[in-house]
Amino acid sequence: MAQGWLQIAIFLAVLLALVKPVGIYMARVFTNQRVFLSPVVGPIERLTYKVLRVRPDAEGQDWKAYARSAIVFSLFSWLALYLILRTQGIQPFNPEGFHSGPWDLSFNTASSFVTNTNWQYYGGETTLTYFTQMAGLTVQNFVSAGVGIVVVVALIRGIVARSGRELGNFWQDLVRTLLYILVPISIVGALFLVSQGVIQNLGDSSVVHTLTGGQQILAQGPVASQEAIKELGTNGGGFFNVNSAFPFENSSGLTNFFEMLLILIIPASLTYTYGRMVGSQRQGWAIFSAMSVLFIAGVAVVYMAEQHGTVAQHAAGLHTHAFHGSTGGNMEGKDQRFGVAGTSLWAAITTVTSCGAVNGAFESLTGLGQAVPFANLSFSEVVFGGVGTGLYSMLLYVLLAVFIGGLMVGRTPEYLGKKIQAREIKLVSLGVLVTPLAVLLSSGLASATELGKRSIYAGINPQGFSETLYAYLSQANNNGSALAGYTGFIQPNAPGNVGSYGISFADILGGVVMVGARFLPILFVLAVAGALAGKKVSPAGLGTMRTDNPTFVFLLIGIVILVGALTFFPALLLGPVVQSLTTRLF
Amino acid sequence: MKKDLRTGLIAIVVMTIFLGLLYPLAITGISQVVFPGKANGSKLTVDGKVVGSSLIGQSFSKPVIGKNGKPVLDEEGEEVLAPDPAYFQPRPSATGYSGNVTYFGNAAPNSVEAREEVREYMKSYLRLEKPFDKSLTSEEIPVDAVTQSASGVDPHISEANARIQAHRIAAVRKLPLSQVEDLISANTDGRFLGLLGEPGVNVLELNIALDKEAPVR
Repeated sequence: MAQGWLQIAIFLAVLLALVKPVGIYMARVFTNQRVFLSPVVGPIERLTYKVLRVRPDAEGQDWKAYARSAIVFSLFSWLALYLILRTQGIQPFNPEGFHSGPWDLSFNTASSFVTNTNWQYYGGETTLTYFTQMAGLTVQNFVSAGVGIVVVVALIRGIVARSGRELGNFWQDLVRTLLYILVPISIVGALFLVSQGVIQNLGDSSVVHTLTGGQQILAQGPVASQEAIKELGTNGGGFFNVNSAFPFENSSGLTNFFEMLLILIIPASLTYTYGRMVGSQRQGWAIFSAMSVLFIAGVAVVYMAEQHGTVAQHAAGLHTHAFHGSTGGNMEGKDQRFGVAGTSLWAAITTVTSCGAVNGAFESLTGLGQAVPFANLSFSEVVFGGVGTGLYSMLLYVLLAVFIGGLMVGRTPEYLGKKIQAREIKLVSLGVLVTPLAVLLSSGLASATELGKRSIYAGINPQGFSETLYAYLSQANNNGSALAGYTGFIQPNAPGNVGSYGISFADILGGVVMVGARFLPILFVLAVAGALAGKKVSPAGLGTMRTDNPTFVFLLIGIVILVGALTFFPALLLGPVVQSLTTRLF
Repeated sequence: MKKDLRTGLIAIVVMTIFLGLLYPLAITGISQVVFPGKANGSKLTVDGKVVGSSLIGQSFSKPVIGKNGKPVLDEEGEEVLAPDPAYFQPRPSATGYSGNVTYFGNAAPNSVEAREEVREYMKSYLRLEKPFDKSLTSEEIPVDAVTQSASGVDPHISEANARIQAHRIAAVRKLPLSQVEDLISANTDGRFLGLLGEPGVNVLELNIALDKEAPVR
């Protein structure tokens, strides 16, 4: 087990070392300064503005205009993706001859990728053409991540603005985020992954004749180019049904480490970017610290739980202790090259961020191990969170903490010199509550009616309830990981969508939840940004509550846990908590 | 609003062309030139014939032959398969080592089915290995040998699992045990820099090496 802890410690150390340089780089990109890529990317950037017919310097946007551009762009994204999913039959790059997707499943999938969720009711390698994977999904992996990032940039500008109401230009921010951050890292990342065995081709699947005289068909495709941005943009939608567990997506202990870094690098570094843009690095570190405490606690719990093994395994008489040459622990739904540590760390990372890619089966985690992804999602993805979305959601909690702290000491709440008043707190509360509300309503509807029953795999028992709750927690938080028994798509044994159909209830409800819980908070966040932008900055006095010291970090962690626990504790009792406390089998 | 609609429409078209076609096709082009073997699935060949991929595990079972000399069929008319004792056996798989249709086994932590499944796997493991490793007890079974992998095509088994199977391989192939153990070491993928990931024995590569060193037929 020491070896496992060492791997986790190395990961945290490497991440910590990268936060500052990447954070500084992103800050320079968002404040339109020169970076080392400018000589190469600058001309492409200017050409893009010309094609889009935007003049960024002359067209600053207030929060409403910024929000309108973001929504309109996302709407077109949705339409484009839906169209692509429904026209697979006539597409190029379709060596397997896949048919078009059913309407309800396509509704779910389009909503899923445009909202950066990447919830998948389908199996990629058996239903999607290479054209859809590239021109549909890969594109959304880039641009939905971009939209998340630019929203937090607009919020930061609102917080630091000294005058005026402008938050920047949406199109310029999006183009710069793509060209300077997401695309370059993805190119390097994809080529590195190929060098380690992740496949990248356009050929049809190859039939091989195995040593014992059998046949095996190996799926092919442009995987690495999608894998890189899937992790970097905290998207998480796998090329293959078993996602990053499949060796063609994640081939070794090294690629596993690299992909985990890709997932966390932007959300973690954005806290440094934040500190730099507001002019106080301590503010950024305070948020980073609060996130890290919750993250490390989750990693520790899930790793210890998985190393223990499951109730079912013990009941079968299996000894799950480690010994020379065997990792021990719960290896059900885990691959040997990642082991218990590599899969546990990944499970924590993919659920604190809104990534949702998996390298092992969540349904087969131990009861207590499952409780960690549940808890992470219950905190509304503010522990690092998705690219951009994590920091803007956390900043809502920061404002809430400032407000509650202000009430406790009897001062007008202030954050970075700006008074937090009724209007901001109303918007913050709405922004914080949309997601939990969406989860509880949808999982309640799915559990309490017959409609949700068809989707459940485990049966009517605690695990079945866990599946349902997790499905809507994951979709509402735009995460995308799953207790994969829960399904919204019936596929016959033959590949290719032949005779397949969606489960309309699960598809539509999930799609609506994803869209609502993505764009309503974005509107509230931009409204907060607009409200803050117009405020005067007052100098900090003796009575100002500090937001960059351990006391505040402690308060912030408390508020995050409080909101999450109060909202979800009763529901969590019925699923993961029951399973982690009992030795009963169901 | 009108301007947003126009810009939004142009943007999604431009981005689809650049990010959805140019980017993946460029990566494909570069990969095919620089890493052709890896980009196409790290395939392994024996005597010029592709037998699999070093990254994708495969089944080492063969049809059970009945008394009439024909393969035994199950109720659905499919051939009944049993592990080939001349080969190292991979981990249990939910998908039967499918390389093109993947899904998780989804055995839940507190489920009766999961308990039965593990029991069944433990029984088959002992049935196969105990005749060759008389001292083997159920307490010594490594967890990876009786649990389904995530990918369904896990190319590796643990070193402990391989060492137990070595007794059977040595007996069936009439090799000294030490030679089989050397082959295991030679086909073990260690941690990256001794640090990242878990060591595992690559079953397909090991079995290919076995066939080369001591062919059965």
